[in-house]
Amino acid sequence: MASTTSHTSASHGVTHDDHHHHEPGFFQKYIFSTDHKVIGIQYGLSSLAFLFFGFLLMMAMRWQLAYPGKAIPVLGALFEKALGTDMAQGGVMQADLYNSFGAMHGTIMVFLAIVPLAFGAFGNYVTPLQIGAPDMAFPRLNMASFHLYFLGGVVMLGSFFIPGGAAKSGWTSYSPLATLADPVNVIDGQTLWLVGMVLLITSSLLGAVNFITTIIQLRARGMTWMRLPFFVWAQFVTAFLLLLAFPPLEAAGLMQLADNVLGTSFFLPTGLVTSAGQVPVSGGGSPLLWQHLFWFLAHPEVYVLILPAMGVVSEIIANNTRKPLWGYRSLVYAVLAIGFLAFIVWAHHMYMTGMGTKIATFFQTTTMMISVPSVIILSALFISLWGGSIRFNTPMLFALAFLPMFGIGGLTGLPLGLNATDLYLHDSYYVIAHFHYVVAPGTIFGLFAGVYYWYPKITGRMMNETFGRIHFWGSLVFMNLIFSPMFIQGIRGMSRRMYDGGATYFQDGVGADPGLLKLNVSITHAAFGLALFQLPFIFNFFWSISNGKKVTSDNPWEATTLEWQTPTPPPHGNFTSEPVVYRGPYEYSVPGAKKDFTPQGQPG
Amino acid sequence: MDIPYTVKPRPDTGLYNAKVGIWLFLASEVMLFGAFFSAYILLRVTAQHGFWPDVADGWPHGLLNIPIGTFNTAVLISSSVTVVMAWMALKENNFPKFRNFMIFTVACALGFLGIKTFEYKEKFSHYVIRTTDGKVVTGHLDVDGKSPLFWNLDTVKSKNIEKLKVEVDIPNKYRFPVGMHVPEDIHKAHAEGRHHDEKEIEVSQIESLKAFIPSTHPFFAIYFTMTFLHGLHVLGGALVLAYFTFIGTDLWKTNPEQFTNRIEVGGLFWHFVDLVWIFLFPVVYLL
Ligand code: HEM
Ligand SMILES: [Cu+2]
Repeated sequence: MASTTSHTSASHGVTHDDHHHHEPGFFQKYIFSTDHKVIGIQYGLSSLAFLFFGFLLMMAMRWQLAYPGKAIPVLGALFEKALGTDMAQGGVMQADLYNSFGAMHGTIMVFLAIVPLAFGAFGNYVTPLQIGAPDMAFPRLNMASFHLYFLGGVVMLGSFFIPGGAAKSGWTSYSPLATLADPVNVIDGQTLWLVGMVLLITSSLLGAVNFITTIIQLRARGMTWMRLPFFVWAQFVTAFLLLLAFPPLEAAGLMQLADNVLGTSFFLPTGLVTSAGQVPVSGGGSPLLWQHLFWFLAHPEVYVLILPAMGVVSEIIANNTRKPLWGYRSLVYAVLAIGFLAFIVWAHHMYMTGMGTKIATFFQTTTMMISVPSVIILSALFISLWGGSIRFNTPMLFALAFLPMFGIGGLTGLPLGLNATDLYLHDSYYVIAHFHYVVAPGTIFGLFAGVYYWYPKITGRMMNETFGRIHFWGSLVFMNLIFSPMFIQGIRGMSRRMYDGGATYFQDGVGADPGLLKLNVSITHAAFGLALFQLPFIFNFFWSISNGKKVTSDNPWEATTLEWQTPTPPPHGNFTSEPVVYRGPYEYSVPGAKKDFTPQGQPG
Repeated sequence: MDIPYTVKPRPDTGLYNAKVGIWLFLASEVMLFGAFFSAYILLRVTAQHGFWPDVADGWPHGLLNIPIGTFNTAVLISSSVTVVMAWMALKENNFPKFRNFMIFTVACALGFLGIKTFEYKEKFSHYVIRTTDGKVVTGHLDVDGKSPLFWNLDTVKSKNIEKLKVEVDIPNKYRFPVGMHVPEDIHKAHAEGRHHDEKEIEVSQIESLKAFIPSTHPFFAIYFTMTFLHGLHVLGGALVLAYFTFIGTDLWKTNPEQFTNRIEVGGLFWHFVDLVWIFLFPVVYLL
């Protein structure tokens, strides 16, 4: 699907192509392209498709949470046909199906949608342009990394259709559950999940090497470190996080794969018993080891999810306040500090394992420390708004909404970073609400902002503003209607990962709180509302490719950074002459200047 | 515009692109193997007593062939030296010398892998046998003069064997962690040059029989996983180096500087592979 759609939008990329380049064939141009812009578009379209798919999985789950035991309209029959009666008998979502949709929703959203969109798509398309480079440092590696990602996605999707279905043990895949969830099949959903993850991790590692090398080596003349747009800094730190945090998960994945396929006991303790009796393994392994290795990646991963969005938002805020970012240097140092601290907070996800007060104190302290640079970034962006004559276009609306939404997500994380409160909140809907505020109305809004903002550079046409506004206001309202009630559910004790939304607990009258279950219904309605308001976006996205308002200049937003000094869309090799940089990235409204923006490449 | 610094170093960083790339890649490799070493430590300190009755800490010792491991270490270290010599030969513009050193390097790599394969096979045909009287012995089986691989108790029973011939190991001194008393008769046996006792074990008396394969114990799991992964790195490195020795030599004629850079990058990777082994060897063989 992605390859056919990439045809339509990328075909604009060749209209301005260099004349002396001989015309490459279709496959070379769109499938085996080494051009960072085509690869960026490939990443963008595939990850948007995965975002949509991950959302559909969640819609089916939300139906089950609101109306447990009722057949899912339309899709239910399809699930029964495609996935089998034991998964969706009579169109009703069974527990196994809920579990595998849940695990795959998390996995797909994180590893196949948000990261590839934030890092693979925006990073690939924009970073080389912003530093004045002709391409990435290793174009063929770049292509390989997209192909590995795509293959990883295919494996993940394929796992739905094998006997037993896709992985069911959460995106965290804790052992021993992950190994024992499908005891009969050797090649089960979990095995494919692991194979898929190894592919995705390898893809990310290649990408990370490429990004860092590009930023270190290919900066244009005059593009010193402190003249880098903040977006590039964010990508730079993100790449380091991926480079150093992902390998331990790759190691863990290989070990769990061995547990699944070779019958080893890396993560299986001695004396493991299930309802089927003693598990026939040697034992002697450590379930805690998995958790350490997993979270050693997965905490830095949350910064991988958020930093690129912060980068996007910073660019758009500077551009639309027509003011330099407030505290550019503190932003840079803050993002570097996050990069370091991100590696020493992971066990705050593991307070429940009983790590003892000394270790818990260490991780509580580092967790509180890492919130400082995050607050610095958010504050600097808020202060940047002060006194600006703000242009409220669609990208700016999304960028502005990012700030309070991420703020809510971040602040509600503090109680989870403290042992005493986390023991109560752990694994409740409070956690779901917290991190979704960060990634859904947070990161996704940042990325939507980026789509609207860079769309004219990629296609030569603007996206429609009216549809953009409808998309924005609808999303803002419904995102909050979805996720804010989850805080209440969680605080009142509702656990996550329950396939009936907690109905069984309330049946026997223990702690009966029918209000909580009613919230399940209203949240699901809100999720349908959210879905409805994505339609204008999807329509706008495709319609504008050929019908949007044509841009009249290469720099429609009157921006300062280098990507706007290229032809639209940029040709192979990006710049028509070697770019030279004379100034910092955000010289807006410089006193005495003729215009209210002074591009980085303007001499004098 | 062409991509700059693919061959010449960038003035302010002093590095060409591939060199930055390989260092970054190696950093991620450090994290990969670092994770496995951490896993090793955690598995070892939480090891359960009972599986190996003759050891105090629940973790098997002395099951690997130390002389062979030492020899393999020497093989790999020599190849790490010769890969540098090969690169220096290019700097001296002496292609035949480069080629000779490279051939030696690749030969070492293949030698290393060959020896490792032999070791693996040796382990797959090595068994730990627990009898109903609570005794545990290790050794190779002797089934009509053959030493079978990958058997388990079911395989033995399915062959209708009643008495199993086993070449029971007389444990070497590494089997006993530092500070633990080594029984006199073991000293004596080694002094006499005896390493095995031929024994016959009633199959009906066998409680469990497992080959030295990953599923038998976390020690084997981590040993095989780490050495296999390392072996893959050796193989990958050897393929790349062999490519530049035998197939991709045209680049030397068209762009010698780039060719030399590639050898340097390949050499850096090769040193890393060597370095991993230098940690791996003491950790799994000696400690
Ligand atoms: C915007 C629409 C979304 C909705 C309505 C939604 C809803 C939910 C809900 C209700 C759960 C809890 C399921 C359960 O515990 O049984 C969940 C889990 C999760 N979601 Fe989302 N989500 C959305 C988007 C995202 C995005 C953008 C991400 C990106 C990273 C994401 C990542 C996750 C993860 C990692 C889990 C945990 C899965 C697990 O338990 O293993 N979600 N989501
Ligand atoms: Cu965390």
